[in-house]
Amino acid sequence: MSVPMNPLAVSAYTVTSAIGHGLVAHLHALEHARSGLRHNDFSSAPLDCWIGRVDGIEDRPLPTAFARWECRNDRLAWLGLNQDGFLERVRAARDRYGAKRVALLLGTSTSSIGATEESYRRLDADGGLPDDMLWPPVHAPHSLSAFVAEALGIEGPCLTVSTACSSSAKVFANAERLMRLGLVDAAVVGGVDTLCDSVLFGFNALELVSPEPCRPFDASRNGISIGEAAGFALLERADVAPHAPRLLGYGEASDAHHMSTPHPEGLGAELALRDALLRAGLDASQVDYINLHGTASQKNDEVEAALVSRSFPASTRASSTKGFTGHTLGAAGIVEAVIALLAIEHDLIPGNLGGDTPDAVCGAQFAWRNEKQRVNVALSNSFGFGGNNACLAFARAGFSG
Amino acid sequence: MSALRVHVEGVGVWSPQLANFAALRELLDGIEPTPPPARPAAITLPANERRRAPESVLLAVEVAGQAVVMSGRDARNLACVFASSHGDQPITDYMCATLANAPGELSPTRFHNSVHNAPVGYWTIATDCHAPSTALAAQRASFGAGLLEAACQVVAERRPVLLVCSDTAGSGPLNEVTGCTQAFACALVLTPERSIDTLACLDMTLTSGQDISELPEPLSGWSRGNPSATALALLAVLARGGGHCRVDASSGMQLRIDTQAMVAERAA
Repeated sequence: MSVPMNPLAVSAYTVTSAIGHGLVAHLHALEHARSGLRHNDFSSAPLDCWIGRVDGIEDRPLPTAFARWECRNDRLAWLGLNQDGFLERVRAARDRYGAKRVALLLGTSTSSIGATEESYRRLDADGGLPDDMLWPPVHAPHSLSAFVAEALGIEGPCLTVSTACSSSAKVFANAERLMRLGLVDAAVVGGVDTLCDSVLFGFNALELVSPEPCRPFDASRNGISIGEAAGFALLERADVAPHAPRLLGYGEASDAHHMSTPHPEGLGAELALRDALLRAGLDASQVDYINLHGTASQKNDEVEAALVSRSFPASTRASSTKGFTGHTLGAAGIVEAVIALLAIEHDLIPGNLGGDTPDAVCGAQFAWRNEKQRVNVALSNSFGFGGNNACLAFARAGFSG
Repeated sequence: MSALRVHVEGVGVWSPQLANFAALRELLDGIEPTPPPARPAAITLPANERRRAPESVLLAVEVAGQAVVMSGRDARNLACVFASSHGDQPITDYMCATLANAPGELSPTRFHNSVHNAPVGYWTIATDCHAPSTALAAQRASFGAGLLEAACQVVAERRPVLLVCSDTAGSGPLNEVTGCTQAFACALVLTPERSIDTLACLDMTLTSGQDISELPEPLSGWSRGNPSATALALLAVLARGGGHCRVDASSGMQLRIDTQAMVAERAA
């Protein structure tokens, strides 16, 4: 059923997470196997766990022109947009194509719910939201994209995808369809999620949070570490950026199983993977690296490792990088898409940090330590609550299967 | 720019005044329709899920079920685009109030039901649907943004798509900023090809502009009280058998929709 697509150029990209601001910081952390996780020091009543907190958000208020958007999530979005010359690349694209011919498609799980949480902590004597928190757009899920659209001066189609932890992977698919149909010439995709009480106490209530730094695919893994991140990519037609890496394909599918537990055989994940390979015109043996969803939850890692084992030869290398960043939830898709792009750009397979005693379910595909090898094709898996699965396929410019 | 052409095979509507699309037709014809029970029936959900499902899920599943039944299609084969401006407001209100007062007492079930894709998640589980599914938001343009995404999937992927747009009524202090005075939900089954089940053909063009369609009486105040009710601009055109309308697809873009009814074909 998958319709083949023409590859798109990923002509600019950037990421900001607990391991640093921008691409160079990420590359260095990956090369030196340096985790960004720290003991939880977030919120007034921190739970005993580890988090992937981005440094410097508190010191960087939004520019005055955007002051009405003030909240942690939009601050992190702005911090992320200002790395790697991304803002300038988008402005150049906007000037080239026209503001209405550029789409903005962002994923987030909780957007600026932190601002709503804060409002409820400071309700007026009459029980209403405090006077300084009465601007409606910041209390809605679309807050992130509405702010970024204003900050970038983008006037084309704009929406927020909020499918939990697959959100910012799926935006690549939205962008490709808009471009294939000629409705826009370029698209800014990405996602931002920030630490907030909703996710810290929520995942804790589900007993999915580890008291230690998360250990994806480790035999004794005991839960996730929640992180925050911002990441963005600019997609254009391949002919305008001949040397940029390519988005070759994507896959999307539903588990139809359970709200917060993956399908026991990974059915939706496998359908998304097959959809991505088919759309990209790839055979599994052509995949050099897979950045796994690998959250360090018992069930996800068991199901995903089995999927890798039955789908790929040992020459395909696989790892989770959530030991570096934590699980950045709605931003995980773009963070890990960018890590897949870094793997291609620098021929680096990042080791699966935290997996010191590999679970027996993991096959020979797992890269437990960093490996240097040519990476022409890289996939990124993202799976979310509600059984929502996405898989992205990237390739080096000039790759031909 | 060439238009995106899709075909409508099913329509679902629910609000405290409207049990379904036929009730909207009655209302527009000056007949006071019989209001539905206060809680959407959502019969697509298994009984145990229906009892404990949050309001956002009941609303979305109710209209999705209506539209799919009208289309006669198998829900398993429909890709799903579910849009909502605010998600489940009673759950957001509960979460923020609990986190402010007793964060350690947060309910795990309410937390996993708080994700924006909870309605589409429950829908795919109830219908055994493994097709792509998504959950979107776009402030007051959520219906238009969802319609644009659904139409893109129909045309680019040549597959039928179920579009749902729904918002619960507001709840607690949050209602001060969402202003949702009542629930509203609607659904469309959209297909690439015309068939004997086609009710209408939609030609959509993405344009810039500000002048969205006014809603006909007695609906004129509805979209102020619920952002999903902006869909009534299109639903009213469908109910009246054709015409055109404009809905916001983002803050800078609109969809101009030209609608042709195909009732004769269906009757034949």
